[in-house]
Amino acid sequence: MPTLSLNFRAAILSVSLLIVGLLIWEAAIPAQKAVGELTEYEILTGAGQPKAGVPPPSQVMVKAWEQLSDPFYDAGPNDKGIGIQIGYSIYRVLVGYALAAAIAIPLGFLIGMSPLAYKALNPFIQVLRPISPLAWMPLALFVIQDSEASAIFVIFICSIWPMLINTAFGVAGVREDWVNVARTHELNPIQTAFTVILPAAAPTILTGMRISIGIAWLVIVAAEMLVGGTGIGYYVWNEWNNLDLTSVIFSILMIGVVGMGLDAALGFVQRAVAYVE
Amino acid sequence: MKPFLSVENMTQRYPDGQGGELTVFEDATFGVEKGEFVVILGHSGCGKSTIMNILAGLSDPTSGVVVMDGAEVKGPSLDRGVVFQNYSLLPWLSTLKNVTFGVAARHPEWTKAQVIDHSTKYLAMVGLEGDVIHRKPSQLSGGMRQRVSIARAFANHPKLLLLDEPFGALDALTRGTIQDELLKIWSGTEQTVFMITHDIDEAILLADRILLMTNGPYARVAESVEITIPRPRSRTEIIEHPNYYAIRNHLVQFLGKRSKEMAGQKGAVGTNSPTPVRIDKTEPEGDPETAPPALRAVNE
Repeated sequence: MPTLSLNFRAAILSVSLLIVGLLIWEAAIPAQKAVGELTEYEILTGAGQPKAGVPPPSQVMVKAWEQLSDPFYDAGPNDKGIGIQIGYSIYRVLVGYALAAAIAIPLGFLIGMSPLAYKALNPFIQVLRPISPLAWMPLALFVIQDSEASAIFVIFICSIWPMLINTAFGVAGVREDWVNVARTHELNPIQTAFTVILPAAAPTILTGMRISIGIAWLVIVAAEMLVGGTGIGYYVWNEWNNLDLTSVIFSILMIGVVGMGLDAALGFVQRAVAYVE
Repeated sequence: MKPFLSVENMTQRYPDGQGGELTVFEDATFGVEKGEFVVILGHSGCGKSTIMNILAGLSDPTSGVVVMDGAEVKGPSLDRGVVFQNYSLLPWLSTLKNVTFGVAARHPEWTKAQVIDHSTKYLAMVGLEGDVIHRKPSQLSGGMRQRVSIARAFANHPKLLLLDEPFGALDALTRGTIQDELLKIWSGTEQTVFMITHDIDEAILLADRILLMTNGPYARVAESVEITIPRPRSRTEIIEHPNYYAIRNHLVQFLGKRSKEMAGQKGAVGTNSPTPVRIDKTEPEGDPETAPPALRAVNE
Protein backbone atom coordinates (compact mmCIF):
# COMPACT_ATOMS: atom_id res chain seq x y z
CA MET A 1 0.00 0.00 0.00
CA PRO A 2 1.47 3.36 -0.93
CA THR A 3 1.97 5.74 1.99
CA LEU A 4 -0.74 8.37 2.06
CA SER A 5 0.14 11.98 2.78
CA LEU A 6 -0.21 13.23 6.33
CA ASN A 7 -3.00 15.61 5.34
CA PHE A 8 -4.94 12.86 3.67
CA ARG A 9 -4.61 10.56 6.67
CA ALA A 10 -5.65 13.37 8.99
CA ALA A 11 -8.71 14.02 6.83
CA ILE A 12 -9.69 10.34 6.97
CA LEU A 13 -9.34 10.38 10.75
CA SER A 14 -11.38 13.59 11.06
CA VAL A 15 -14.21 12.24 8.93
CA SER A 16 -14.22 8.95 10.85
CA LEU A 17 -14.39 10.76 14.18
CA LEU A 18 -17.26 12.88 12.88
CA ILE A 19 -19.21 9.85 11.68
CA VAL A 20 -18.64 7.94 14.91
CA GLY A 21 -19.62 10.96 17.00
CA LEU A 22 -22.80 11.56 15.01
CA LEU A 23 -23.75 7.87 15.19
CA ILE A 24 -23.31 7.81 18.97
CA TRP A 25 -25.35 11.00 19.27
CA GLU A 26 -28.08 9.61 16.99
CA ALA A 27 -28.19 6.33 18.94
CA ALA A 28 -28.23 8.07 22.31
CA ILE A 29 -31.50 9.90 21.60
CA PRO A 30 -34.40 7.66 22.73
CA ALA A 31 -36.97 7.33 19.95
CA GLN A 32 -40.48 8.25 20.82
CA LYS A 33 -42.94 5.45 20.48
CA ALA A 34 -45.79 5.86 18.02
CA VAL A 35 -49.15 6.55 19.64
CA GLY A 36 -50.45 3.11 18.60
CA GLU A 37 -47.79 1.29 20.62
CA LEU A 38 -48.54 3.04 23.89
CA THR A 39 -50.41 1.49 26.72
CA GLU A 40 -53.55 3.12 27.91
CA TYR A 41 -51.77 4.21 31.06
CA GLU A 42 -49.08 5.93 29.06
CA ILE A 43 -51.61 7.76 26.94
CA LEU A 44 -53.43 8.90 30.06
CA THR A 45 -50.23 10.22 31.67
CA GLY A 46 -49.42 12.27 28.57
CA ALA A 47 -46.64 10.22 27.06
CA GLY A 48 -48.26 10.57 23.65
CA GLN A 49 -47.56 14.31 23.54
CA PRO A 50 -44.46 15.24 21.55
CA LYS A 51 -41.65 15.58 24.13
CA ALA A 52 -39.04 18.27 23.95
CA GLY A 53 -35.63 16.66 23.81
CA VAL A 54 -32.23 17.05 22.30
CA PRO A 55 -32.74 16.36 18.61
CA PRO A 56 -30.69 13.73 16.83
CA PRO A 57 -28.13 14.90 14.25
CA SER A 58 -30.34 13.77 11.39
CA GLN A 59 -32.91 16.38 12.37
CA VAL A 60 -30.23 19.04 12.72
CA MET A 61 -28.99 18.23 9.24
CA VAL A 62 -32.49 18.48 7.80
CA LYS A 63 -32.86 21.84 9.55
CA ALA A 64 -29.50 23.01 8.25
CA TRP A 65 -30.43 22.08 4.73
CA GLU A 66 -33.75 23.88 5.07
CA GLN A 67 -32.14 27.03 6.45
CA LEU A 68 -29.13 27.13 4.18
CA SER A 69 -31.17 26.58 1.02
CA ASP A 70 -33.05 29.82 1.76
CA PRO A 71 -30.84 31.86 4.06
CA PHE A 72 -32.21 35.33 3.33
CA TYR A 73 -35.98 34.99 3.72
CA ASP A 74 -37.69 37.59 5.88
CA ALA A 75 -41.09 36.66 7.27
CA GLY A 76 -41.44 39.26 10.00
CA PRO A 77 -39.42 40.33 13.04
CA ASN A 78 -39.25 36.89 14.63
CA ASP A 79 -38.74 34.83 11.51
CA LYS A 80 -35.73 35.76 9.44
CA GLY A 81 -33.31 33.54 7.55
CA ILE A 82 -30.01 32.53 9.13
CA GLY A 83 -28.12 34.55 6.50
CA ILE A 84 -29.85 37.77 7.56
CA GLN A 85 -29.21 37.09 11.25
CA ILE A 86 -25.53 36.34 10.68
CA GLY A 87 -25.28 39.33 8.38
CA TYR A 88 -26.47 41.62 11.18
CA SER A 89 -23.99 40.12 13.62
CA ILE A 90 -21.07 40.42 11.21
CA TYR A 91 -22.03 43.99 10.41
CA ARG A 92 -22.01 44.94 14.12
CA VAL A 93 -18.75 43.16 14.73
CA LEU A 94 -17.04 44.78 11.76
CA VAL A 95 -18.23 48.30 12.60
CA GLY A 96 -17.25 48.04 16.27
CA TYR A 97 -13.99 46.36 15.35
CA ALA A 98 -13.10 48.93 12.71
CA LEU A 99 -13.74 51.78 15.14
CA ALA A 100 -11.57 50.05 17.72
CA ALA A 101 -8.76 49.53 15.20
CA ALA A 102 -8.98 53.17 14.08
CA ILE A 103 -8.31 54.26 17.64
CA ALA A 104 -6.16 51.43 19.01
CA ILE A 105 -3.52 51.38 16.28
CA PRO A 106 -2.61 55.10 16.28
CA LEU A 107 -2.84 55.23 20.07
CA GLY A 108 -0.75 52.05 20.32
CA PHE A 109 1.85 53.72 18.09
CA LEU A 110 1.97 56.68 20.44
CA ILE A 111 2.27 54.50 23.53
CA GLY A 112 4.92 52.37 21.89
CA MET A 113 6.99 55.35 20.77
CA SER A 114 6.72 57.45 23.89
CA PRO A 115 7.69 56.12 27.32
CA LEU A 116 5.86 59.10 28.79
CA ALA A 117 2.59 58.20 27.09
CA TYR A 118 3.11 54.58 28.11
CA LYS A 119 3.58 55.40 31.79
CA ALA A 120 0.73 57.89 31.80
CA LEU A 121 -1.84 55.69 30.04
CA ASN A 122 -0.88 52.31 31.42
CA PRO A 123 -2.90 52.60 34.68
CA PHE A 124 -6.07 53.36 32.72
CA ILE A 125 -5.49 50.47 30.37
CA GLN A 126 -4.84 48.08 33.23
CA VAL A 127 -8.09 49.04 34.99
CA LEU A 128 -10.31 49.15 31.90
CA ARG A 129 -8.99 46.03 30.21
CA PRO A 130 -10.29 43.37 32.63
CA ILE A 131 -13.86 44.75 32.62
CA SER A 132 -16.27 42.34 30.99
CA PRO A 133 -17.58 44.10 27.89
CA LEU A 134 -21.14 43.20 28.87
CA ALA A 135 -20.75 45.19 32.08
CA TRP A 136 -20.71 48.29 29.89
CA MET A 137 -24.07 47.39 28.38
CA PRO A 138 -26.41 49.13 30.88
CA LEU A 139 -24.33 52.28 30.79
CA ALA A 140 -24.13 52.15 27.00
CA LEU A 141 -27.90 51.67 26.68
CA PHE A 142 -28.54 54.59 28.99
CA VAL A 143 -26.07 56.97 27.41
CA ILE A 144 -26.46 56.01 23.77
CA GLN A 145 -30.19 55.21 24.03
CA ASP A 146 -29.99 52.91 21.02
CA SER A 147 -29.68 49.16 21.26
CA GLU A 148 -27.95 48.78 17.89
CA ALA A 149 -25.30 51.37 18.71
CA SER A 150 -24.90 49.93 22.21
CA ALA A 151 -24.10 46.52 20.78
CA ILE A 152 -21.53 48.13 18.49
CA PHE A 153 -20.07 49.99 21.45
CA VAL A 154 -19.69 46.74 23.38
CA ILE A 155 -17.82 45.24 20.44
CA PHE A 156 -15.66 48.36 20.24
CA ILE A 157 -14.75 48.25 23.91
CA CYS A 158 -13.93 44.54 23.94
CA SER A 159 -11.81 44.54 20.80
CA ILE A 160 -9.78 47.67 21.51
CA TRP A 161 -7.52 46.26 24.26
CA PRO A 162 -5.68 43.43 22.53
CA MET A 163 -5.05 45.67 19.51
CA LEU A 164 -3.87 48.56 21.65
CA ILE A 165 -1.54 46.50 23.79
CA ASN A 166 -0.10 44.52 20.91
CA THR A 167 0.46 47.61 18.79
CA ALA A 168 2.26 49.35 21.64
CA PHE A 169 4.31 46.23 22.33
CA GLY A 170 5.17 45.71 18.66
CA VAL A 171 6.14 49.34 18.11
CA ALA A 172 8.24 49.53 21.27
CA GLY A 173 10.04 46.34 20.26
CA VAL A 174 11.17 47.47 16.79
CA ARG A 175 14.89 46.84 16.61
CA GLU A 176 16.97 49.93 17.06
CA ASP A 177 19.13 48.97 14.08
CA TRP A 178 16.16 49.34 11.77
CA VAL A 179 15.29 52.70 13.23
CA ASN A 180 18.94 53.69 12.76
CA VAL A 181 18.71 52.68 9.11
CA ALA A 182 15.77 55.06 8.78
CA ARG A 183 17.69 57.79 10.59
CA THR A 184 20.83 57.47 8.49
CA HIS A 185 18.64 57.69 5.39
CA GLU A 186 17.10 60.92 6.67
CA LEU A 187 13.54 59.64 6.66
CA ASN A 188 11.10 62.00 8.36
CA PRO A 189 8.96 60.68 11.24
CA ILE A 190 5.98 59.90 8.99
CA GLN A 191 8.16 58.03 6.48
CA THR A 192 9.86 56.18 9.32
CA ALA A 193 6.50 55.19 10.78
CA PHE A 194 5.21 53.80 7.50
CA THR A 195 8.33 52.33 5.91
CA VAL A 196 10.09 50.93 8.96
CA ILE A 197 8.06 50.81 12.16
CA LEU A 198 4.73 49.70 10.72
CA PRO A 199 6.13 46.78 8.69
CA ALA A 200 8.40 45.81 11.57
CA ALA A 201 5.55 45.81 14.09
CA ALA A 202 2.89 44.47 11.69
CA PRO A 203 3.10 40.80 12.76
CA THR A 204 2.61 41.76 16.42
CA ILE A 205 -0.19 44.18 15.54
CA LEU A 206 -1.92 41.48 13.48
CA THR A 207 -1.67 39.07 16.39
CA GLY A 208 -3.59 41.62 18.48
CA MET A 209 -6.13 42.12 15.70
CA ARG A 210 -6.65 38.37 15.46
CA ILE A 211 -7.23 38.04 19.19
CA SER A 212 -9.63 40.99 19.02
CA ILE A 213 -11.78 39.61 16.23
CA GLY A 214 -12.08 36.34 18.15
CA ILE A 215 -13.20 38.14 21.30
CA ALA A 216 -15.58 40.37 19.34
CA TRP A 217 -17.28 37.34 17.84
CA LEU A 218 -17.61 35.73 21.27
CA VAL A 219 -19.10 38.88 22.72
CA ILE A 220 -21.55 39.70 19.93
CA VAL A 221 -23.59 36.56 20.67
CA ALA A 222 -24.02 37.52 24.32
CA ALA A 223 -24.65 41.17 23.46
CA GLU A 224 -27.37 40.31 20.97
CA MET A 225 -29.03 38.00 23.49
CA LEU A 226 -29.34 41.07 25.69
CA VAL A 227 -30.33 43.74 23.17
CA GLY A 228 -32.53 41.51 21.03
CA GLY A 229 -34.07 42.36 17.68
CA THR A 230 -31.73 40.81 15.17
CA GLY A 231 -28.48 38.93 14.95
CA ILE A 232 -27.28 35.40 15.55
CA GLY A 233 -27.22 35.84 19.33
CA TYR A 234 -30.83 36.95 19.32
CA TYR A 235 -31.68 34.05 17.01
CA VAL A 236 -30.24 31.50 19.46
CA TRP A 237 -32.15 33.00 22.36
CA ASN A 238 -35.36 33.28 20.37
CA GLU A 239 -35.21 29.65 19.31
CA TRP A 240 -34.55 28.67 22.91
CA ASN A 241 -37.71 30.53 23.89
CA ASN A 242 -39.49 28.62 21.13
CA LEU A 243 -37.94 25.44 22.54
CA ASP A 244 -36.67 24.68 19.04
CA LEU A 245 -33.44 22.93 20.02
CA THR A 246 -32.79 21.85 16.47
CA SER A 247 -32.42 25.49 15.45
CA VAL A 248 -30.37 26.21 18.55
CA ILE A 249 -27.87 23.47 17.69
CA PHE A 250 -27.80 24.54 14.06
CA SER A 251 -27.10 28.16 14.99
CA ILE A 252 -24.38 27.11 17.45
CA LEU A 253 -22.66 25.36 14.57
CA MET A 254 -23.06 28.43 12.36
CA ILE A 255 -21.49 30.65 15.04
CA GLY A 256 -18.49 28.34 15.02
CA VAL A 257 -18.20 28.34 11.24
CA VAL A 258 -18.40 32.14 10.93
CA GLY A 259 -15.91 32.61 13.80
CA MET A 260 -13.53 30.26 12.03
CA GLY A 261 -13.96 32.28 8.83
CA LEU A 262 -13.18 35.59 10.55
CA ASP A 263 -10.11 34.12 12.19
CA ALA A 264 -8.93 32.60 8.92
CA ALA A 265 -9.25 35.97 7.17
CA LEU A 266 -7.07 37.67 9.78
CA GLY A 267 -4.71 34.68 9.71
CA PHE A 268 -4.30 35.21 5.97
CA VAL A 269 -3.34 38.86 6.47
CA GLN A 270 -1.02 37.86 9.31
CA ARG A 271 0.86 35.47 7.05
CA ALA A 272 1.08 38.17 4.40
CA VAL A 273 2.88 40.61 6.72
CA ALA A 274 5.07 38.03 8.48
CA TYR A 275 8.81 38.14 7.94
CA VAL A 276 11.78 36.06 9.03
CA GLU A 277 14.67 37.87 10.66
CA MET B 1 43.81 73.86 6.20
CA LYS B 2 41.51 71.48 8.00
CA PRO B 3 41.19 67.90 6.82
CA PHE B 4 37.98 66.77 5.11
CA LEU B 5 36.73 65.19 8.30
CA SER B 6 37.99 66.67 11.51
CA VAL B 7 37.28 65.37 14.98
CA GLU B 8 38.21 67.90 17.61
CA ASN B 9 38.57 67.29 21.35
CA MET B 10 35.83 64.73 21.37
CA THR B 11 35.01 63.41 24.84
CA GLN B 12 32.41 60.88 25.86
CA ARG B 13 31.34 60.34 29.46
CA TYR B 14 28.56 58.17 30.80
CA PRO B 15 27.10 58.07 34.27
CA ASP B 16 28.65 55.00 35.90
CA GLY B 17 25.47 54.11 37.77
CA GLN B 18 26.94 54.97 41.18
CA GLY B 19 26.63 58.71 40.99
CA GLY B 20 29.99 59.17 39.30
CA GLU B 21 31.08 59.41 35.72
CA LEU B 22 32.83 57.03 33.42
CA THR B 23 35.01 58.64 30.79
CA VAL B 24 35.19 56.39 27.75
CA PHE B 25 37.56 58.58 25.79
CA GLU B 26 38.81 62.09 26.26
CA ASP B 27 39.89 64.82 23.86
CA ALA B 28 40.10 62.52 20.86
CA THR B 29 41.41 64.59 17.97
CA PHE B 30 42.10 63.31 14.49
CA GLY B 31 41.38 64.00 10.86
CA VAL B 32 40.56 62.04 7.73
CA GLU B 33 41.46 63.35 4.26
CA LYS B 34 39.15 63.14 1.28
CA GLY B 35 39.42 59.81 -0.50
CA GLU B 36 41.33 58.26 2.37
CA PHE B 37 40.58 54.82 3.81
CA VAL B 38 41.13 55.05 7.56
CA VAL B 39 40.76 52.14 9.93
CA ILE B 40 40.50 52.49 13.67
CA LEU B 41 41.89 49.62 15.68
CA GLY B 42 41.58 49.03 19.39
CA HIS B 43 40.43 46.67 22.10
CA SER B 44 36.75 46.37 22.86
CA GLY B 45 35.65 48.91 25.43
CA CYS B 46 37.85 51.70 24.10
CA GLY B 47 34.89 53.46 22.57
CA LYS B 48 35.35 52.62 18.88
CA SER B 49 31.64 52.05 18.38
CA THR B 50 30.82 55.23 20.26
CA ILE B 51 33.08 57.19 17.90
CA MET B 52 31.34 55.53 14.98
CA ASN B 53 27.88 56.43 16.30
CA ILE B 54 28.95 60.02 16.82
CA LEU B 55 30.38 60.26 13.30
CA ALA B 56 27.15 58.78 11.95
CA GLY B 57 25.23 61.38 13.93
CA LEU B 58 23.28 58.71 15.79
CA SER B 59 24.50 59.98 19.15
CA ASP B 60 26.13 63.14 20.47
CA PRO B 61 29.48 63.36 22.25
CA THR B 62 29.62 64.82 25.75
CA SER B 63 31.85 67.53 24.36
CA GLY B 64 33.86 68.24 21.25
CA VAL B 65 32.90 68.72 17.63
CA VAL B 66 33.00 66.80 14.39
CA VAL B 67 33.37 68.88 11.28
CA MET B 68 32.92 67.35 7.85
CA ASP B 69 33.48 69.27 4.64
CA GLY B 70 33.28 72.57 6.50
CA ALA B 71 30.03 71.84 8.32
CA GLU B 72 29.49 70.55 11.83
CA VAL B 73 27.99 67.08 12.10
CA LYS B 74 24.58 67.34 13.77
CA GLY B 75 22.29 64.33 13.53
CA PRO B 76 22.30 61.59 10.91
CA SER B 77 22.61 62.46 7.24
CA LEU B 78 22.61 60.80 3.85
CA ASP B 79 26.09 62.29 3.42
CA ARG B 80 27.35 59.72 5.91
CA GLY B 81 26.47 56.18 4.89
CA VAL B 82 26.75 53.44 7.49
CA VAL B 83 27.33 49.71 7.13
CA PHE B 84 26.42 48.14 10.45
CA GLN B 85 27.99 44.98 11.84
CA ASN B 86 24.67 43.14 11.88
CA TYR B 87 23.84 44.20 8.29
CA SER B 88 20.67 46.06 9.35
CA LEU B 89 18.71 45.00 6.32
CA LEU B 90 14.96 45.34 6.59
CA PRO B 91 13.84 41.69 6.65
CA TRP B 92 10.41 42.29 5.12
CA LEU B 93 11.90 43.81 1.97
CA SER B 94 13.59 41.93 -0.84
CA THR B 95 17.32 42.39 -1.43
CA LEU B 96 16.67 44.80 -4.28
CA LYS B 97 14.13 46.80 -2.29
CA ASN B 98 16.57 47.12 0.58
CA VAL B 99 18.85 48.97 -1.84
CA THR B 100 16.18 50.93 -3.74
CA PHE B 101 14.82 52.13 -0.40
CA GLY B 102 18.13 53.88 0.25
CA VAL B 103 18.58 55.13 -3.33
CA ALA B 104 15.06 56.55 -3.39
CA ALA B 105 15.76 58.37 -0.13
CA ARG B 106 18.93 59.84 -1.64
CA HIS B 107 17.38 60.79 -4.98
CA PRO B 108 13.70 61.55 -4.43
CA GLU B 109 13.53 63.14 -7.88
CA TRP B 110 14.49 59.95 -9.74
CA THR B 111 11.94 57.79 -11.52
CA LYS B 112 11.28 54.28 -10.28
CA ALA B 113 13.14 52.83 -13.26
CA GLN B 114 16.22 54.97 -12.58
CA VAL B 115 16.25 53.89 -8.95
CA ILE B 116 15.99 50.22 -9.87
CA ASP B 117 18.68 50.54 -12.57
CA HIS B 118 21.09 52.22 -10.23
CA SER B 119 20.44 49.72 -7.41
CA THR B 120 20.79 46.70 -9.69
CA LYS B 121 24.12 48.06 -10.90
CA TYR B 122 25.51 48.33 -7.40
CA LEU B 123 24.19 44.91 -6.41
CA ALA B 124 25.95 43.49 -9.47
CA MET B 125 29.16 45.17 -8.34
CA VAL B 126 29.16 43.05 -5.19
CA GLY B 127 28.28 39.93 -7.17
CA LEU B 128 24.54 39.80 -6.55
CA GLU B 129 22.68 39.29 -9.80
CA GLY B 130 19.65 37.50 -11.22
CA ASP B 131 17.04 35.88 -9.01
CA VAL B 132 19.06 36.42 -5.86
CA ILE B 133 18.13 40.10 -5.71
CA HIS B 134 14.45 39.24 -5.31
CA ARG B 135 15.07 37.07 -2.27
CA LYS B 136 14.44 38.19 1.27
CA PRO B 137 17.52 38.74 3.48
CA SER B 138 16.56 35.68 5.55
CA GLN B 139 17.13 33.56 2.46
CA LEU B 140 20.68 34.87 2.03
CA SER B 141 23.87 33.81 3.76
CA GLY B 142 25.59 36.19 6.17
CA GLY B 143 28.17 37.11 3.57
CA MET B 144 25.54 37.88 0.96
CA ARG B 145 23.61 40.02 3.44
CA GLN B 146 26.68 42.08 4.19
CA ARG B 147 27.24 42.50 0.44
CA VAL B 148 23.74 43.94 0.15
CA SER B 149 24.48 46.30 2.99
CA ILE B 150 27.72 47.41 1.30
CA ALA B 151 25.93 47.87 -2.03
CA ARG B 152 23.27 49.97 -0.30
CA ALA B 153 25.93 52.21 1.24
CA PHE B 154 28.02 52.64 -1.93
CA ALA B 155 24.96 53.19 -4.14
CA ASN B 156 24.20 56.36 -2.20
CA HIS B 157 27.63 57.94 -2.81
CA PRO B 158 27.91 59.31 0.69
CA LYS B 159 30.67 61.84 1.34
CA LEU B 160 31.86 59.59 4.13
CA LEU B 161 31.29 55.87 4.40
CA LEU B 162 31.31 54.43 7.91
CA LEU B 163 31.92 50.72 8.33
CA ASP B 164 31.24 49.40 11.83
CA GLU B 165 33.08 46.06 12.07
CA PRO B 166 31.39 45.04 8.84
CA PHE B 167 32.97 41.59 8.71
CA GLY B 168 32.84 40.83 12.42
CA ALA B 169 29.99 38.36 12.15
CA LEU B 170 31.39 36.45 9.16
CA ASP B 171 33.56 33.36 9.05
CA ALA B 172 37.19 33.84 8.06
CA LEU B 173 36.88 32.56 4.48
CA THR B 174 33.80 34.62 3.64
CA ARG B 175 35.44 37.60 5.28
CA GLY B 176 38.40 37.33 2.91
CA THR B 177 36.19 37.22 -0.17
CA ILE B 178 34.17 40.22 0.87
CA GLN B 179 37.28 42.20 1.83
CA ASP B 180 38.45 41.67 -1.76
CA GLU B 181 35.09 42.81 -3.05
CA LEU B 182 35.14 45.86 -0.84
CA LEU B 183 38.59 46.77 -2.17
CA LYS B 184 37.42 46.29 -5.74
CA ILE B 185 34.30 48.44 -5.35
CA TRP B 186 36.21 51.06 -3.36
CA SER B 187 39.19 51.35 -5.73
CA GLY B 188 36.99 52.64 -8.54
CA THR B 189 35.73 55.52 -6.42
CA GLU B 190 37.06 58.50 -4.53
CA GLN B 191 35.07 57.31 -1.53
CA THR B 192 36.28 58.39 1.89
CA VAL B 193 35.98 55.47 4.27
CA PHE B 194 36.22 55.25 8.04
CA MET B 195 36.12 51.72 9.37
CA ILE B 196 36.22 50.00 12.75
CA THR B 197 37.80 46.62 13.13
CA HIS B 198 39.72 44.50 15.59
CA ASP B 199 41.31 42.39 12.89
CA ILE B 200 44.92 43.49 12.28
CA ASP B 201 45.34 41.78 8.89
CA GLU B 202 42.08 43.22 7.66
CA ALA B 203 43.21 46.67 8.72
CA ILE B 204 46.56 46.38 6.89
CA LEU B 205 44.90 45.05 3.73
CA LEU B 206 42.33 47.81 3.51
CA ALA B 207 43.70 50.93 5.12
CA ASP B 208 45.72 53.91 3.96
CA ARG B 209 46.17 54.77 7.59
CA ILE B 210 45.40 53.01 10.86
CA LEU B 211 44.43 54.89 14.00
CA LEU B 212 45.41 53.04 17.17
CA MET B 213 43.41 53.51 20.34
CA THR B 214 44.64 52.91 23.85
CA ASN B 215 42.51 50.96 26.28
CA GLY B 216 39.63 52.61 28.06
CA PRO B 217 38.62 54.27 30.29
CA TYR B 218 40.22 57.56 29.23
CA ALA B 219 41.03 55.98 25.90
CA ARG B 220 42.64 58.15 23.28
CA VAL B 221 43.79 57.88 19.70
CA ALA B 222 47.50 57.42 20.32
CA GLU B 223 49.07 56.70 16.96
CA SER B 224 48.35 57.09 13.31
CA VAL B 225 50.20 54.43 11.35
CA GLU B 226 50.62 54.91 7.64
CA ILE B 227 50.35 51.72 5.60
CA THR B 228 53.29 51.95 3.22
CA ILE B 229 52.22 49.13 0.95
CA PRO B 230 51.32 50.20 -2.59
CA ARG B 231 47.89 49.58 -4.06
CA PRO B 232 46.33 47.62 -5.61
CA ARG B 233 46.80 45.15 -2.81
CA SER B 234 45.73 41.56 -2.62
CA ARG B 235 45.65 39.33 0.40
CA THR B 236 48.14 36.87 -1.03
CA GLU B 237 50.64 39.44 -2.25
CA ILE B 238 50.85 41.93 0.59
CA ILE B 239 52.37 39.37 2.93
CA GLU B 240 55.38 39.24 0.59
CA HIS B 241 55.94 42.96 0.87
CA PRO B 242 58.89 43.92 3.11
CA ASN B 243 56.77 46.39 5.06
CA TYR B 244 54.00 43.97 5.87
CA TYR B 245 55.52 42.24 8.88
CA ALA B 246 57.18 45.41 10.11
CA ILE B 247 53.82 47.16 10.25
CA ARG B 248 52.07 44.10 11.58
CA ASN B 249 54.61 43.71 14.37
CA HIS B 250 54.20 47.33 15.29
CA LEU B 251 50.42 46.93 15.50
CA VAL B 252 50.62 43.70 17.47
CA GLN B 253 53.08 45.31 19.88
CA PHE B 254 50.78 48.24 20.34
CA LEU B 255 47.62 46.22 20.90
CA GLY B 256 49.32 43.58 23.00
CA LYS B 257 51.39 45.79 25.22
CA ARG B 258 51.52 49.51 24.73
CA SER B 259 47.74 50.06 24.54
CA LYS B 260 47.68 48.95 28.19
CA GLU B 261 50.74 50.92 29.27
CA MET B 262 49.51 54.07 27.60
CA ALA B 263 45.98 53.77 28.98
CA GLY B 264 44.95 56.90 30.85
CA GLN B 265 48.04 58.91 29.79
CA LYS B 266 47.80 62.23 28.12
CA GLY B 267 49.44 62.74 24.75
CA ALA B 268 52.10 65.31 23.99
CA VAL B 269 51.62 68.54 25.91
CA GLY B 270 48.90 70.76 24.51
CA THR B 271 47.58 68.31 21.98
CA ASN B 272 45.99 64.95 21.84
CA SER B 273 46.55 64.36 18.16
CA PRO B 274 47.84 60.90 17.36
CA THR B 275 51.58 60.56 16.83
CA PRO B 276 52.20 59.90 13.13
CA VAL B 277 54.14 56.69 12.49
CA ARG B 278 55.63 55.71 9.20
CA ILE B 279 57.34 52.40 8.75
CA ASP B 280 58.96 51.85 5.39
CA LYS B 281 61.68 49.30 4.86
CA THR B 282 61.89 49.99 1.17
CA GLU B 283 63.21 53.51 1.71
CA PRO B 284 66.90 54.17 2.23
CA GLU B 285 68.03 54.13 5.88
CA GLY B 286 68.62 57.31 7.85
CA ASP B 287 65.56 59.30 7.02
CA PRO B 288 64.72 60.66 10.46
CA GLU B 289 61.67 62.62 9.42
CA THR B 290 59.66 59.76 8.08
CA ALA B 291 60.84 57.12 10.54
CA PRO B 292 61.36 58.24 14.12
CA PRO B 293 64.25 56.26 15.63
CA ALA B 294 62.24 55.31 18.67
CA LEU B 295 60.00 53.22 16.51
CA ARG B 296 62.79 51.60 14.59
CA ALA B 297 63.50 49.43 17.57
CA VAL B 298 60.20 47.66 17.07
CA ASN B 299 61.12 46.67 13.56
CA GLU B 300 64.58 45.39 14.11
